[in-house]
Amino acid sequence: MKKVFKLKDLDCANCAQKMEDAIKKLDGVEDATVSFLMQKMTIVADEARFDAIMKDVVKVCKKVEPDCEIIIK
Amino acid sequence: MTKKQKKMLARILVSGVLFAIAELLPFEGVLKLAAFLIPYGIIGWDVLWKAVRNIRNGQIFDENFLMALATVGAFGTGEFAEGVAVMLFYQVGELFQGYAVGRSRQSIASLMDIRPDYANLERAGEIEEVDPDEVAIGDIIVVKAGEKVPLDGVVVEGTSSLDTAALTGESLPRDVKAGDDVISGCINQSGLLRVKVTKEFGESTVAKILDLVENSSSKKAKAENFITKFARYYTPAVVIGAVLLAVIPPIVLGGGWTNWIHRALIFLVISCPCALVISVPLGFFGGIGGASRAGILVKGGNYMEVLAGVDTVVFDKTGTLTKGVFRVTSIHPEHEESCTKEQLLELAAYAEQYSNHPISRSIKDAYREMCGAEIDRSRIEQVEEVSGHGVRATIDGRTVCVGNDKLMKEIGADWHPCHNTGTTIHVAVEGVYIGHLVISDEVKPGVKEALAALKAQGVKKTVMLTGDAKAVGEHVAKELGLDEVHAELLPGDKVNQVEKLLAEQNRGKLAFVGDGINDAPVLSRADIGIAMGAMGSDAAIEAADVVLMDDKVEKIALAMQISRKTLRIVRQNIVFALGVKGLILILGAFGMANMWEAVFADVGVAVIAILNSMRTLKVKEKQGKE
Repeated sequence: MKKVFKLKDLDCANCAQKMEDAIKKLDGVEDATVSFLMQKMTIVADEARFDAIMKDVVKVCKKVEPDCEIIIK
Repeated sequence: MTKKQKKMLARILVSGVLFAIAELLPFEGVLKLAAFLIPYGIIGWDVLWKAVRNIRNGQIFDENFLMALATVGAFGTGEFAEGVAVMLFYQVGELFQGYAVGRSRQSIASLMDIRPDYANLERAGEIEEVDPDEVAIGDIIVVKAGEKVPLDGVVVEGTSSLDTAALTGESLPRDVKAGDDVISGCINQSGLLRVKVTKEFGESTVAKILDLVENSSSKKAKAENFITKFARYYTPAVVIGAVLLAVIPPIVLGGGWTNWIHRALIFLVISCPCALVISVPLGFFGGIGGASRAGILVKGGNYMEVLAGVDTVVFDKTGTLTKGVFRVTSIHPEHEESCTKEQLLELAAYAEQYSNHPISRSIKDAYREMCGAEIDRSRIEQVEEVSGHGVRATIDGRTVCVGNDKLMKEIGADWHPCHNTGTTIHVAVEGVYIGHLVISDEVKPGVKEALAALKAQGVKKTVMLTGDAKAVGEHVAKELGLDEVHAELLPGDKVNQVEKLLAEQNRGKLAFVGDGINDAPVLSRADIGIAMGAMGSDAAIEAADVVLMDDKVEKIALAMQISRKTLRIVRQNIVFALGVKGLILILGAFGMANMWEAVFADVGVAVIAILNSMRTLKVKEKQGKE
């Protein structure tokens, strides 16, 4: 399943790249893009475990860039 | 400016003033340190805090950490003023950078401001404003003057003119009336329209376009991939360089620790690849945004790169170079005294009355146009289609045969071919040849100029592929000045032909231009597939790499021009950023650069590169000579 999330306070392009790399390494994530320009994150991951995977994503993003908030509707 | 940015500005000002005071105070020793620590704390506390926090999270090569280390190092080596100044300039640069990126993002967003916010849904006689997502197929929506058409549909009632500029870049409005299709994203300029929705919002043109442009950033150009990889190694490499610079020379040369550490700190200041990481994707994104404003949708930065290198353009003929609409272009009666042009056309139109073939339709249209009369069906007694040949009809009691040369041979009429190119339709009455009509496809206006513009953009070879007869194809190619023509091709042959041409290519790229209807395999086989006339055609949008919203051939040259400009700007940024950073690194290592210059090489270069990238957004209305 592919889902797009808005990002708040993503202030540095290099961090966006690092976040993307870190998310891609997570178990269950098939593909991920973090767009600094659009301030958006696209995650392609296993549908059944999506929520659990998102928790990992949030955690790993907090680690890379603590100021950036992922808006989960 | 956002609230956050305003706060930052205040901090910069306060700290700047305190910094100036500290410079003027005649303190020495600890007092001097304290005087400089106040402005440093005000401007740099968040950087220091983030540095500590990120180290705890295992992020070593973090911008904040490196900046903190560099400035704290400056304090440690006794360069108090430099420590504060570097932090101050770093924050000023970051602020500028944030502001510039914010502005760019806004201008790109406004370029793509075609997303409708609401739809006026008619429900039980009442009109209700709803989210376009909630409207279902078959619902009736009302579009008032000045509003955007929110979903694709058909006009049920009302007339108006639509401004399609946001989609096609063309300022000429399009008139619509009941029964016409309307496309989401257009702006209703005058009347009130009632529209029956034919597509859900997600499937509507506007949603497709937005999706395509937003996703374009995921298809990265080579330059972008290079920068991503480069960024991964650049920071660690520079940091290692800094460590080596701080340790090795003092040991080898003996002493001078402070001096070498100071030089190493300069390295740390320039170790962030931000200028490149932001400006390169921003450049491509701006180029894609600017192109979409002109009605050219490029599906990714990688396609911009290919477009810029195109030297062979292969066109499909029908629907691309020609209108794809057949028209009667000449009427040649055998003996004008006994049968006038009108009479000949009339006979053909009557005979073809029941046929729905495009050629028959063109004859009927021509008859209606030229003679202004409707067909009186009572005059037609009998019609028999002769498959692959034409028709045989009885009109006013006479046998009329209308068809190709095979039909004429069959009935033994004394026919002859026409000197004009096109499809020739012969007419014989009671077995006697009375003349023929020539039907051909019209060349689109402006194609010749468009081809010349392509040549001016550096295209070496233009090729036309067509399924039509050789004579027809060659005639069109000659008229338009194409370099090569391959005629009488079946749909499958077109792929083979393109493959052959691909094999002949050296370094240049091959573009295929089609209408996207049944040339999807060719579109995907070429280095780059360009589909045109895509308003409302999903197949074309899916299959091609570059989509032209209208069917103007001249847009191809414009697309190439935009791509070249984008690439040029991206390259400028790469060379400029790497050049300045490299220069300062070298000068720094030899003790010829100070930290101020290093801060400029970091954030100053980033801001300049961002501003340069923004130039990609500007697309000239008319393509000019560059």
